Amino acid sequence: MSTLSSSVQAREPARKAFGWKKLLRWETLLGLVVILDFLLNAKLSPYFLSPWTLSDASFNFTERAIMALPMALLIIAGEIDISVGSTMAMASVLMGLVAQAGFGTPMVCLTGVVVGLIAGGINGVLVTVFRVPSIVATIGTLSLFRGVAYAVIGDGVLKSYKPDFAYFGQGYVWGPVSFELVLFLVLAIIFAIVLHTTVTGRRIFAIGANPIAARLSGIRVDAYKFWIFVLLGAVSGLASVLLTSRLGSTRPSIATGWELEVITMVILGGISIDGGQGSILGVVLSALLIGCVTFGLSLLNVPGIVLAIVTGGLLIGVVALSSIVGYSGRRRRH
Amino acid sequence: MDRRGFIKTTAAVLGAAAVPAGFAGSARAAGEIRVGLVAKSLGNGFFVAVDKGAEEAAKQIGNVKIIFTGPTSTTAEGQIEVIQSLIDQHVDAIAISANDPDALVPICKRAMARGIKVISYDSAVGQDGRIVHVAPSSDELIGQALDKLAAAAAPDGKGKFAIVSATPTSTNQNAWIAVMKKYLSQYPGLELVSTVYGNDLADDSYREATALLQKYPDLKVIVSPSSVGIVASAKAVEDAKKVGQVYVTGLGLPSECAGHVEAGSIKSFAIWNPIDLGYATTYVAVDLVNGAKGPGNSLPDGRMGKISFDANGVGAMAVPFTYDKSNVEQFAKIF
Repeated sequence: MSTLSSSVQAREPARKAFGWKKLLRWETLLGLVVILDFLLNAKLSPYFLSPWTLSDASFNFTERAIMALPMALLIIAGEIDISVGSTMAMASVLMGLVAQAGFGTPMVCLTGVVVGLIAGGINGVLVTVFRVPSIVATIGTLSLFRGVAYAVIGDGVLKSYKPDFAYFGQGYVWGPVSFELVLFLVLAIIFAIVLHTTVTGRRIFAIGANPIAARLSGIRVDAYKFWIFVLLGAVSGLASVLLTSRLGSTRPSIATGWELEVITMVILGGISIDGGQGSILGVVLSALLIGCVTFGLSLLNVPGIVLAIVTGGLLIGVVALSSIVGYSGRRRRH
Repeated sequence: MDRRGFIKTTAAVLGAAAVPAGFAGSARAAGEIRVGLVAKSLGNGFFVAVDKGAEEAAKQIGNVKIIFTGPTSTTAEGQIEVIQSLIDQHVDAIAISANDPDALVPICKRAMARGIKVISYDSAVGQDGRIVHVAPSSDELIGQALDKLAAAAAPDGKGKFAIVSATPTSTNQNAWIAVMKKYLSQYPGLELVSTVYGNDLADDSYREATALLQKYPDLKVIVSPSSVGIVASAKAVEDAKKVGQVYVTGLGLPSECAGHVEAGSIKSFAIWNPIDLGYATTYVAVDLVNGAKGPGNSLPDGRMGKISFDANGVGAMAVPFTYDKSNVEQFAKIF
């Protein structure tokens, strides 16, 4: 259980030889692949190495990357939520209605986050109170939330957003550095600190590794799980604010299929699907990797079907590779 | 280092730098105009045909490169990613068939802000997000074409005909039928006896067409300005064993109508030609890159003649293309 002990490792550097084990950490591997792909892109496309190109590229994955952070927490805690794309759609539709009713941008953003929060709460209650397995519960809400979005606006469109709303998904903080990117990096740092340096983070790992042992040792397992669901819902609402702002309009088909892309990011980032292991750094690197690979290929006009194959191949390849080189502890649980 | 040595070294460094640049597939050739052609989704025969037309135009104009691309599924988000990468390749023009007229506006504005000429074809982008829209046809042209098809289907251009439309509230179909009625006086032999509605559903359309055949035994032609209605009507005629007495025509897809053309219930029908659409779109895009102004002007589009855009930047390419026994099989493979 190397991740749990990442902070422990730091305190006991002399415990083991510095060499191979450290080099073969998942994050190191991912980092190397990111650098490799970055260099390859720069070599293959004359347009890649421009600050604006790189900034543009970041728009394609930041919203999903932001959702990947709380999703990582949830998967580490041993649960999963596949309703996040639909949560975004439902949040976006309600934001559209609020904007249509004449409310200003702060109210619109608040609506998005609160709708996400409530959606997350529903998932949390289903899992922790009604004891529905999370995958089943969220398959249900996946259809339910998307259905609500379609029921409200059908094949219509909501686009009465005020001009200043465009900032969240299209604005820049400084030069080519977008608001979305800054928000992602800030959130990543906060999530990393909470997960890797606090008691709360330690307990989340413990819950995922062995929920029964965690409960017996006095951790309020259900409360933790519930609040992570709520957090993921709220962040999905936030991502919906960003995406809606970027599109400048809402249709009920918004963010279709994003749940799997978010989960792909998390798994590629080295978070064990069985729970109990992983790091935020890994998730950030995998988001960068997916962004880099897909944008690099699309600059070369490689068709999207090939992109999908590459992403799938990457996932299987990296997971298999880590398994082959014998990740000490990574594959071992309980 | 002496002066000559310095020049030599500089030349060597520049030469080395030029080599990798030469390998890059997407680098720009001198003076080349690059047009990004964005489909609703890849793997759709219609857009493969559009690309074919675009390549034809590119060859004719010369020094034009078409970058044909699109998302895997028909989503606005996917198209935005594709447009983003075209912007970063510094293409000269982007032509889009939009999956969502509104959601693409911000990214298209961004493209235009960076000096790229953005147009839409087939399915429009909102007015703020494009310079012009190349519509495959217009209500006026379609209505007239439907009259012409009815006259061609009736023996000697004379006889009773009926219309199997979509729903009573279908905006497109109602506009086309209004135009048909307006120009009907040009065909004195034709008499419109009834307009019925099949609701764009196969079984409703079939039932309405069958009822027409019973009610008007001397009916010569059924016109259906709906791709569902035309197929259902043709089936009704075949099932009523009236092939040769009653002909069906209208707007339909070659792949769906080919069988009925073979069976003899459809002589000819029409729909826009995607090859021509890609061809005309490319010409318009290149015209704009070369400095032409869009809205309110007529732009030449090669063998199609020219296309005039109204003040809102919408232009209709041509009358719908007519398909019959001679070409339906060829196009049935496309869409």
